Order: sequence, then structure tokens, then C-alpha cells
Amino acid sequence: MEDKLDQNQIADLVRLATNDVFSTMLGLELKPLESFSVAEPELPPAGILSLIGFAGSWVGTGSMSCSTALACQLADALFMSPHSAVEEEVMDAVAEMTNMILGYVKTELEEILGPMMLSIPTVIYGRNFIKRSLHKREWLVVPFLSGEERLEIHICMAPDPAPPMERIRPGSSKPLGLHV
Amino acid sequence: MAMDVLIVDDSAAIRKILHRVLRQTDMPLGEVFEAGDGVEALQALKDHKIGLVLSDINMPNMDGLQLLSKLRQDQAFRDLPVLMITTEGSQHKVMEAVQLGATGYVRKPFTADQIKEKLTGIL
Repeated sequence: MEDKLDQNQIADLVRLATNDVFSTMLGLELKPLESFSVAEPELPPAGILSLIGFAGSWVGTGSMSCSTALACQLADALFMSPHSAVEEEVMDAVAEMTNMILGYVKTELEEILGPMMLSIPTVIYGRNFIKRSLHKREWLVVPFLSGEERLEIHICMAPDPAPPMERIRPGSSKPLGLHV
Repeated sequence: MAMDVLIVDDSAAIRKILHRVLRQTDMPLGEVFEAGDGVEALQALKDHKIGLVLSDINMPNMDGLQLLSKLRQDQAFRDLPVLMITTEGSQHKVMEAVQLGATGYVRKPFTADQIKEKLTGIL
């Protein structure tokens, strides 16, 4: 089992997944920008953030963030109807795009890391929020441009310090790390 | 004869998109029902005469593979066409779905044409 992941390899994978999902589902082309690693990624001052957890031999979080304007554009393209403000359909669109992008990344990472699970996406909409991982690892930030609007995929992952048998789902005798 | 269809996905966005895709096909569609997980899907299958199921895999309460397994163990649903549409692209998941009796498999992201092509093949 790998104990290190090549950040450039993951960034390439994120670019591939994001472009595939955007072009297939939305008919939109994104311009990829240089990826980088940072302790606390900046988020748009007013925007939308969608988070998904990874579980398996490696654990962590992936996210997609963008401005409200871009979130509305994504929903317009996905549902073929106009959206001028962040409402349920816009949040559903952002959650589903995140799910597809990180689902794609998860499937490819499983080739290296073994079976993994993804959580259901959580969408946060607001102003001036920050996110932090309790892992002492940096976030990999993979930015894109859609016109003038910026979209970022962030991933923070680390080997799971606890053996799978130590983590039991509430109400279940099945170890979390062994069920996919 | 018009056929009723059941879309099973915890994502409202995907249910909405699939609904639209189904309406764009030449299939003689009756009603299109929606369920957010396998438990809701089983109830919908009891309540309506469904001729085709489109199902996600990763869902809360009862996932798509558990749903598929239950359907194939039930004489009434043994031959019901079930198309899996999911972000799960790993080979072992595809194999598991096929072994459980999935009629077809489409990986997200998908185009409307991919769904239509699969449905044409199935029906």
C-alpha cells in the first residue's frame, strides 16, 4: 500500500476528471491553472463550497468551491433553465458536480490505494467562511477558470492512522474501512 | 403500450436530468416515478407497475446493489430491466453489479445519447 501520493499525479487526475465532467454534463470548457499546496486554502468571499469525505486506507476530504455567479451558471447548464440566485437547484447542481468529479478521482485512486468510500456531499453557502482539516497536511489546490470566474478543487488526504477494525459504524458491527 | 419508469438516486439533480433525458427518447413512456434510495424504490415498485428501473449505486439506507440483489431474489422482479447509472467506475463494482443481475451500466458523467443508446439496447 502506498504511504505517499504524488501531488502532481493527483492534480493531473483532478484536471482530467473536472474537464471530463464539465464537458460531458455541462458542455463547458474550463481553463486549468497551475496547482499548488497550501495549509489553509482561500475561499471566495461570497460563494459556495461542496465537501465530500474519503474513507479507506487513506482518509480525507475533497471539495469544490466557486463564486455564486459560477454556481448559477453550472445550474443553468445542468438543468437547462436560468438561475439568478443560490437556491436548492443550484446547491444540488454543485453537490452533484462535486460528487462526479471526486467519484472519478476516487475510482482512479483505488487502483493505487485499494477500496475507498465517498461520503454524501455537503454544500455550504455563505460569506467569509474558512475550512480546516484536522490532518496536519496541506491541501492540494487545483484551480480552473470558466470565463472570468474561478473554480477550485481542493484535496487533503493522509494514510488512515487507525486500523480499520478500530472504526465501527454506529449501530453496526461492520468495520467502516472494510465495507465498500 | 406505455411503460412506467422508476429513477432511483439520492441526488435530486440527477433524478431531474434523467427525467428530462427519458422524455427526450422515443420510448413509449407512461409515468416516471422517483425514489431517493433503495427502501423508497422497493415501496414504489410495490405501489406501481414499473417496467424499467434506472438506479444509482451509492445511496443512504439501501444502496443500489442491495436493491438489485433484493429485486433478483423476488420472482416478481427477476426479469425487470435495471440500468445502473453511477459514479462507481471501479471494475469490482461493475462486476458485482453484473453478477447481481444488472441489465446495463452507465458511468457518470453521462451524455443523454449514452443513456438513450443503453435504453434502446435494453428494451
